Amino acid sequence: MKRIISILLENESGALSRVVGLFAQRGYNIDTLTVAPTDDDTLSRLTLTTQGDDQMAEQIVKQLHKLIDTIKVVDLTVGSHIERELMLVKIKASDAEVRAELKSCVEIFRGHVVDVTASTYTVQLTGDSDKLDAFIDAVSEIGIMEVVRSGVSGISRGDKFLRV
Amino acid sequence: MEHLSGGEIVIRALKDAGVKHVWGYPGGAALHIYDALYRQEDVEHLLVRHEQAAVHAADGFSRATGEVGTALVTSGPGATNAITGIATAYMDSIPLVVISGQVPKIKIGQDAFQETDMVGVSRPIVKHSFLVTQAEDIAETIAKAYYIASTGRPGPVVVDIPKDVTDPNYKVPYEWPANIKMRSYQPTNKGHRGQLKRAVKTLLAAKKPVIYSGGGVILDNASDQLIELAQRLNYPVTNTLMGLGAYPATDRQFIGMLGMHGTYEANTAMHESDVIFAVGARFDDRVTNDLDKFCPHATIIHIDVDPTSISKNINAHIPVVGTCTSVLDEMLSIADEMAIQPDADAIKDWWTKIDQWRADKGIYTANRYEPSAGDIIKPQDAIKALYKATDGNAYVTSDVGQHQMFAAQYYLFDKPRRWINSGGLGTMGFGLPAAMGVQLAFPDAQVACVTGEGSIQMCIQELSTCSQYNLPVKIINLNNSALGMVRQWQDMNYSSRYSQSLYEDSLPDFVALAEAYGHVGMKVTRYEDLEEKMRECFALKDRTVFMDICVDKSEHVYPMQIPGGAMGDLFLNKSEKT
Repeated sequence: MKRIISILLENESGALSRVVGLFAQRGYNIDTLTVAPTDDDTLSRLTLTTQGDDQMAEQIVKQLHKLIDTIKVVDLTVGSHIERELMLVKIKASDAEVRAELKSCVEIFRGHVVDVTASTYTVQLTGDSDKLDAFIDAVSEIGIMEVVRSGVSGISRGDKFLRV
Repeated sequence: MEHLSGGEIVIRALKDAGVKHVWGYPGGAALHIYDALYRQEDVEHLLVRHEQAAVHAADGFSRATGEVGTALVTSGPGATNAITGIATAYMDSIPLVVISGQVPKIKIGQDAFQETDMVGVSRPIVKHSFLVTQAEDIAETIAKAYYIASTGRPGPVVVDIPKDVTDPNYKVPYEWPANIKMRSYQPTNKGHRGQLKRAVKTLLAAKKPVIYSGGGVILDNASDQLIELAQRLNYPVTNTLMGLGAYPATDRQFIGMLGMHGTYEANTAMHESDVIFAVGARFDDRVTNDLDKFCPHATIIHIDVDPTSISKNINAHIPVVGTCTSVLDEMLSIADEMAIQPDADAIKDWWTKIDQWRADKGIYTANRYEPSAGDIIKPQDAIKALYKATDGNAYVTSDVGQHQMFAAQYYLFDKPRRWINSGGLGTMGFGLPAAMGVQLAFPDAQVACVTGEGSIQMCIQELSTCSQYNLPVKIINLNNSALGMVRQWQDMNYSSRYSQSLYEDSLPDFVALAEAYGHVGMKVTRYEDLEEKMRECFALKDRTVFMDICVDKSEHVYPMQIPGGAMGDLFLNKSEKT
């Protein structure tokens, strides 16, 4: 099953490569990865998604925690959580009919057209990964030129929070 | 406050970390550090002949003493030569600090002469690594390196220092940090009390228990606690290859090593057990054999300082994270409080079974191999002669292969830190430099390097280092003119097609070679000479001796687990299986 793992990491050179290297070294896959400094700029927050059963997820969390640069590690999938991903899609849109269809599709998915040329629309969409997949399915026949996805960011619901 | 250059700070910080000996090899990027080393007397440097040996020697020193070992190498090839040594220490959780020179910061990334991304190259085989970017950070980084290497699950730490950071003309205030605190690194020492109570209850209720202890007990100096617990309960104890010596091998309750070349009684007892008390061991594939067939009736209590070792290969029913010493102490006191006794009748029946296994198929109750005679010397007998000549008191290092397994089986270690081998990585070439490290730590001790004519040639240049520093190690070369373990597998799995495992005609004259380095060379070809020559060898207390013993080429190591089987499924000799 899909796992969303959140990590608080020392914002130091080489720290990210240790996380990524661990996955390669131990034969785990990374499906998506996002990383950026937090409000405390000595810390980075990293979210990654991977696939695995409970035992594998437990081992991944423990291995990540063992890295000296990691401060906290949580498998968000264990509890209720919010998952968001940002996607930018450039789509071929030259004739009026297609442009209209695209616009209504974007509305249905609560996206925005953020750039327009005579022959293209660039659409911005946020949501969980399934929603973004669904949008791609919906517009795939129109003619996708380029897709950029940020990878998943996640946070737990309720009073729980990840902080030093 | 004192002002020192970066190079001087490196050496001063080593001194303040309690380091007395550094093994290493100089080179361009490390020369400022070497110059600072020259101008002081607190830290002694030992010059090896290859950087791999520097790390192995520091490693051997650490395994024998429990202190952190230290190696110093230059950038590029110096650093990459150290890699095998670092990986060896990593796999066996040995605390080391390896300091490597690096090209100046401004040249990093330019493919400069002797540039290698050491932090990158070593990343998967270190506990942690640092690239120091300014002289002001050196002392704290080195302090952190020793702290990280020696706490929690120990391991090697690399400190990579660019040459400009050690510039002799740039001086900064020196201060050794009084204590180290890291928000991202706080190892767990004490086990969870609730879990410990469950563990004690389960252990005391066992009818067919086995105590399975590993290298963690040795690393944490928990041997006394292990012995006390085992003897109080009268439970059988088996040790892993890395754990030999943690429980005295000559004691009745010791049932031998377990695993691929473990004893029949240890492997069978594990398979039949109802409770396995695993302490400081990690259920390595060389122990478990097929995971699906592993010990089907056992409840598993697993003590380890590293949470990732628990339930990695085998699911633990009662996991406890903590150091072996603190957990065993705590369990002993909980057992006192509970005032429950083990089931004496069940344990007596269990011992009756085990003793029967020992009598029927154990390697300590009878010779399970053909006897030596004339010019046939069995390698097992060579180890027995070594044991006799040293009264079982030597520090024994080994290389990797058949000789390693024979030494593990037939040299009965009664004390921890006496058996020093590359268990996890299986590094040929480890034995001689490791023996140098041990001999440096204990100048008056008997130190034997059990090796083979294959392994010894991987670091044979260190005979020169032995001359330079008068390290009187005794090299016990079990010479079967072949890569013995490879040959054994080729016999068993490849219809004796000896692909690239033979080199008989090209082997050196080891006696002449030893003499060329200024050492004593001895050759033994007849069984009747073995004991006397062995005594002669160890009587030469101040000399490095290379003892070349021609052993039976056809001998295999047994018992041996049958691939894909359960723990207790073994070949007992060339024709007999369990």
